[in-house]
Parts: sequence; structure tokens; C-alpha cells
Amino acid sequence: MIIEAELLSKTYRVADKQPGMAGTLRHFVRRRHRDVPAVSGVSFAIAPGEMVGFLGPNGAGKTTTLKMLTGLIHPTAGTVRVVGHDPKRRQAAFLHQITLVMGQKQQLIWDLPPLDSFRVNAAVYGLTPPEARRRISELADMLELGEELTRPVRKLSLGQRMKAELLAALLHRPAVLFLDEPTLGLDVNAQARVRDFLADYNRRTGATVLLTSHYMGDITALCERVLLIHQGRLFYDGRLEGLSERLAPYRLVRLELTVPQPAAAFTGHGEVESLQGNQVCLRVPAAQLTGSVAQLLERFAVVDLEVSDPPIEQIIGGLFERGRVDDSPA
Amino acid sequence: MHRYLRTLARFWSASLAAEMEYPANFVLELLAEVGNLAGSLFVLSLLYGPGQSLGGWSWNAALVVLGFYTLLEGLTSTLFQPNLSTIVTHVQNGTLDFVLLKPIDSQFWLSVRTFSPWGLPGMAMGVGLILVAALRAGAVLGPGTVAAAAVLLLASAAILYSLWFVIAATSIWFVKVWNATEVLRSTLVAGRYPVSVYPAGLRAFFTFVLPVAFLTTVPAEAVLGRASGSWMAASVVVAAACLVISRAIWRYALRFYTSASS
Repeated sequence: MIIEAELLSKTYRVADKQPGMAGTLRHFVRRRHRDVPAVSGVSFAIAPGEMVGFLGPNGAGKTTTLKMLTGLIHPTAGTVRVVGHDPKRRQAAFLHQITLVMGQKQQLIWDLPPLDSFRVNAAVYGLTPPEARRRISELADMLELGEELTRPVRKLSLGQRMKAELLAALLHRPAVLFLDEPTLGLDVNAQARVRDFLADYNRRTGATVLLTSHYMGDITALCERVLLIHQGRLFYDGRLEGLSERLAPYRLVRLELTVPQPAAAFTGHGEVESLQGNQVCLRVPAAQLTGSVAQLLERFAVVDLEVSDPPIEQIIGGLFERGRVDDSPA
Repeated sequence: MHRYLRTLARFWSASLAAEMEYPANFVLELLAEVGNLAGSLFVLSLLYGPGQSLGGWSWNAALVVLGFYTLLEGLTSTLFQPNLSTIVTHVQNGTLDFVLLKPIDSQFWLSVRTFSPWGLPGMAMGVGLILVAALRAGAVLGPGTVAAAAVLLLASAAILYSLWFVIAATSIWFVKVWNATEVLRSTLVAGRYPVSVYPAGLRAFFTFVLPVAFLTTVPAEAVLGRASGSWMAASVVVAAACLVISRAIWRYALRFYTSASS
């Protein structure tokens, strides 16, 4: 296992401040603090070469966990090992093997072309200039970066900048990539290109990738396995398909009828998702699927019938919107 | 070591290239530097009438102190100030994460990451002023004197660096530290004049609390060939202590760093 977390917990001490002038004054004179658990007892293990999606609503503890895995934050309790090291000691041998890319923060020098930032990084990681040149051109090919490399970063589009950030972060050939919202704010095309690159990079180098994203598209395209964290607890660890099973144990049954029917006609067969003329879509509990389908075919004149899984975006989107999970944690 | 030198070369060439993006800045900074020096000379000329001396320092000897002050001011504009402001920005934006994940000493990175050439004219003016004033004061600049002055200059640069770096390190707790830098800068202005011109209480403060005396007065005395061995030794010891303390405070501050939440 290249990443191992065991009963990882982090509690933050935050200032407790009442609104308004009086509250501000009171806060200035005497600060009151509150302990807020950000991550509680999270355990998981990731094998080399895996691409794992890290899901959860805002404030669920994703970034905190990522920072504990990279050694930027010291855990309050629990243990972490990444490529055989304790991250919080931030030893050089460990830092040479990991990288962190943050969609909303950049390490490239704003006023200079990306190439200058790459050279700084190459020197820091002790690469010889010919070796650095070779790696830059290899990654630039994969990322389809050309003349952008000699244009000041401030004049690049967001998508070009993100690709350059990735190049800067991968120059030292890390074995583990921590990506925090790497496609944030990118348009659909740029998102797809970053995704393709990550998949390609993983295939070619066998690097392990742990990725957080708000875009389900990133996760479904890249990650077979997901970790769902919710209110600081690990809620689900497994295959992406299994997650829909877990959170939404139902199927969508689409029917095309010869004669339109009122919604009331489907009582007992499932919940009506949509009804338009002779098209109807029902939500049927997975356990009753075969029985329900048989009954529907028997009772109505059906032209066409289609059974599908509810889209994962919808399931997780709904979960994030509600901000709570009805099920008990795993 | 080799890797650190190569990295330093990359840092500084990148910084120079970035500064060259804004050429108008060069002229403005140069003008500001000349104006600064002229102001200091004017104030000193008010204090010293012809043939007068203040606190045992003649006009030309006092100019040597001003020369060291100008040199250190230039060094501050070239290295300390730009790097300090970068540290504060890193803390505010949470980009310190990138620095901490590099396999290189974070204090090294943060202390020399940027290099602003605009302090260089000030440094040159400082050196010029030291030489001219010292010769006019009748100093004999033999190899021993020059070596002693160089060592003491390094010591004073180390002391000044440590003060700046410690303030920058506190940004991990306070995030905004501009007020502190203003206080430091205006206190260091005291180093324009020989420490003996101040009343006894202030003199003690500038020697033992905020070591301004070691910044300019002690190296100036060395150039003028009248520094005592014990003061020179003390200067080196204070410099070493300041460096050690700055490093300890940085390591302590990092333990509190939890990075700006995103």
C-alpha cells in the first residue's frame, strides 16, 4: 500500500466571534475558542497506481485530509504513511515522491513565462539542465503546450495556466499525485483535456492519484474507486457503481405506452419521476425491480421499456444539496 | 550545497527577469534612493557645524556611519523587504504549502526567493560614502582594517536579516504584519547616526534590545581603525545568536501553521 491512513483525526481550534461591534470588541479583548472536529477517525489504504476520487460536500474534511497526507497539517490523532514515510516529518526523500496541485492556488511566477518557473523547480529538485529540458518537452507534448511556455503566465488562459501548473508539479516524476480541484473554473473542453492527460499520465507512469473535485465528470472519467467523506467521517470506500447502490438503491424504469395514463395509475409500481404524454419514468426500489417490471408489462400496453441506474451526478448532487446523509456511516 | 547555489542562481535570474517587465520602476526607485541619501546628508549637516563633533564623532566619521546605514538600506530593499513581503503573501494566500512541499530548506527558499535590483544603487552609494568619508577622516584602509570591516558588515547584515525574518515568521500567527515592519523600519532609522549621540538609556536600548549599534556604529568604528576587539567579538556573537534565534522561531512558527483554509 502506497498510502495508508489509520483512524486519522484533526480537530481545529477556531475563534468564536459574535457578530456586530460589541462582539468584535469582546473578541479583540478576550478571544474565545471552540474545538471543531474536521476529520474524525478516517481509515483507508490505497495501492500503487490507483486513481481514487475523494468526494464530499464543502467543509466535509477533504482538503484537511489531503493536507495531512502531504504533511502540511499534523493530525490530532491517528497515523498516516505515504510512500513509506510519515508525511509530517517532510523528509526530502518523501517530498521527492509526492506532488500537490491546487486548482485555486498557483505556484507559477505570475510575471514570467512558465519555463522560468520550471527551471526554478528543476534546480530545487536537483535535475541537471539537459534532464530538465527532456522532461519539460516530454510533458509539454503530453499536455499539448507549445508557445505558451514562453508567454508570461499572466497572459495565459485559465486552462493553459492549469496545464502549466501540472507540468511544474510533475517535473520531478512524483509517485503520488494529490490533486485538489484541478479542473476548478475550467471550461468543458479544458476540463476534458486535463482529465485525458491525467488518465494518460497514470497509464504511462503508474503514478498513484488522489483527486478531489466538484465535477462528477472528473470522478466518473478517472476514478474506479471513490472515498466519500461526510462531516469528517469516511462514509463510503469502494467502487463508484457501488456508491449509487448504497446511496440510491433504486432503478429508473422508462416506459413508452400506447395510451397515455394518469400518474395515479402507477401507484404501487414505483414513484413517478416524470410523466409526459405516453412517456413515463418510474423510480423502482432495486429489490422489487423484476416483480414491478413484470406487473407493468402485464397491466399496460407497453411499446418500449428501459431500465437504468440513476445518474451518479444526481445522487451525489442531491446528497450535497441536502447536506446530510440519511444512512448511517460506514 | 551545489544544489542550493544552482537554485539561488535560478531564483535571482527569474527575479531579475520579472523586475525587467516593469522598466519604469527602475527610474522611480533610483530617484527615491538619491532623495533618501540627500535627506540624510542634510539632517547630518544640520547637526554638525564646521569643526564641531557630536558624541565624539567628527562630521566625516559620522558620514561613515551614514554610509553603512545607506548600504544596509540598499540591502534591505534588495533582499529583506521583497522576500518578507512574499512570505506574508504566501501566508495570506495559502501558497506557503508549495514552498513547504519542496525538498529544500524552507527558510532558505523564503529568505532569498526574490531579488530586487533596485536597492543596488543604494548599496553602491553606501560603499562610496564609506570610502570617501573614511579617507577624509584620515583612516588608513589597510588589509586588516578592510577584513575586519567586511566581517562586521556580514555580522550586521545577519542581524538585520534575522530581525526582518522573525517579523515575517510572525505572520504565521498574525497574518497581517505590516505595522510591525513599519515600527522596525522607523526604529532602524536610528542607525543613521553614531549610537553615542543618543542619551544613555536609548544607547542601552539600541545595544542590548534592538542591536542597532552593531548594525552601523561598530562596523564604522572598524573602518576608522578604532574598534575594540571586545566589541567586534560581541558583534559576531550577537549575529550568530540572531541567526540561531530566527531559525528556532521559524521552526516553532511552522508547527502552528495550518495554512489558510481553501
